[in-house]
Amino acid sequence: MKRFLYVAGLPLLLALGWFFLSKGSENFYAPPLSDILRAFVDTWMPERLRADVLPSLVRLLSGYIIAAAVGVALGVAIGLNRRLRATVEPVLEFFRAIPPPVLVPVIMLFAGIGNGMKIIVIVFGCVWPILLNTVEGVRAVDSVQLDTAKAYGVRGLASIRTVILPSASPQIAAGLRQALSIAIILMVISEMFAASNGLGFTIVQFQRSFAIPEMWSGILLLGLLGFALSLLFRLAEGRALRWYHGLRDAQRKS
Amino acid sequence: MLEVQGLRKVYNTGGREAEALRDLTFTVENGDLVCLVGPSGCGKTTLLRCIAGLLTPTSGAVRLDGHEVSGPPPGLAMVFQEYGRSLFPWMTVRDNVALPLKQKRVPRPRRDELVGQALEAVGLAGTESAYPWQLSGGMQQRVAIARAVAYEPSTLLMDEPFAAVDAQTRADLEDLVRALWQRLKVTVLFITHDIDEAVYLGRRVIMLSSSPTVVQDEITVDLPAERDQLHTRADPRFTELRTHVYEQIQAAKRGRTEPAEG
Repeated sequence: MKRFLYVAGLPLLLALGWFFLSKGSENFYAPPLSDILRAFVDTWMPERLRADVLPSLVRLLSGYIIAAAVGVALGVAIGLNRRLRATVEPVLEFFRAIPPPVLVPVIMLFAGIGNGMKIIVIVFGCVWPILLNTVEGVRAVDSVQLDTAKAYGVRGLASIRTVILPSASPQIAAGLRQALSIAIILMVISEMFAASNGLGFTIVQFQRSFAIPEMWSGILLLGLLGFALSLLFRLAEGRALRWYHGLRDAQRKS
Repeated sequence: MLEVQGLRKVYNTGGREAEALRDLTFTVENGDLVCLVGPSGCGKTTLLRCIAGLLTPTSGAVRLDGHEVSGPPPGLAMVFQEYGRSLFPWMTVRDNVALPLKQKRVPRPRRDELVGQALEAVGLAGTESAYPWQLSGGMQQRVAIARAVAYEPSTLLMDEPFAAVDAQTRADLEDLVRALWQRLKVTVLFITHDIDEAVYLGRRVIMLSSSPTVVQDEITVDLPAERDQLHTRADPRFTELRTHVYEQIQAAKRGRTEPAEG
């Protein structure tokens, strides 16, 4: 009960504050929360969820998964190979410094305005934290662990799978966590540029047609979506890295 | 049989040459238990990494059972000093012990059998599904020993394996190593900086000089094969031998070779 209050207390307080402060608001652009909530229920019906939220989620997840696969694979290769690292690191830093939204118009020229463009934008934005964290994680693998693996004949792919990736996994997870929030941002931005469906598109449509409570309800939905995704991520990470948290607790105690 | 012949290792760092091993020659017969002891910083770890095929010597050769070592040899298992860094924290005790066997493509039923036997032999039956970090230091080193034993090596290399555990645990582990050696008939090369430990454990003790390393002296420990912490360490012959080793190590530290006596 006490824990529930700690977790839910502030969100509840903020919601209540918003509710009462906006009560009877005459401002067209900042309608009362009650109106927004009514619009939320009316707007996000199953068919709209299917028509707009589902495509957004599909793009988000495809981009995210591709970025994860590319980032981890390249990260392992770069982390293991000093010469490759020296060659590509300055280039990586350059690409990473480009804000991905600025690439949307460019990518549109090449990939059109379909799903491909949006997925490419998400991949391009997400891949950097995953890649750089993987490189760091792979470089930090304990030399005694590597020697042990080598001494027992664990080499090549087996060594990557059983030693290097697990050892780097806490750092990779940190990269994946950063990438998740970037993916959500880029999903919305790419849909605002040129799209015929999706959450970002819908919110812009509402704004342009002065459907202000509906616009706000879309923003609320985005927030909830991001929250739910990061919760899911934390659950998955907690399961996958149970050994790591246990190890850290054990080290702290001793 | 493990043969080390004219082993020399020079490290090249930033244009400066550092000679770690100068000229090491010794052999370890099959089924022998040999302890290597030397002053700290005497290149023990370099020697060990050369024998394990983790490091290429500058000149000279290591031969295991007649084959020259150029990479990690299949019949050799290793126990590292840093058990906390040598066991994989993301694997359970069972998976840690089974990993080298999986790599050797030992079929599942046989693998389970070997893992069970090895853990039983080191007194850790029942900890299969625990993680290494849930165990004490001494128990973790037992897991590392079980992993080496399950591998069914012909030669077991141990690099100061008990340097990081407390004295009582250490005595238990020493007896464990002697018991395993007698039971499994493996060749053991045990590296330590502890003179008492070297004399207590070994059938032979090889003393190394300080770096650049050569063999300082070598003795056969003519104590009875049945040893125990209380009586062996109180044996006058034990005291004589440890005094001899001690003197040689001191001489090695001062950097000269004294005529061997006793």
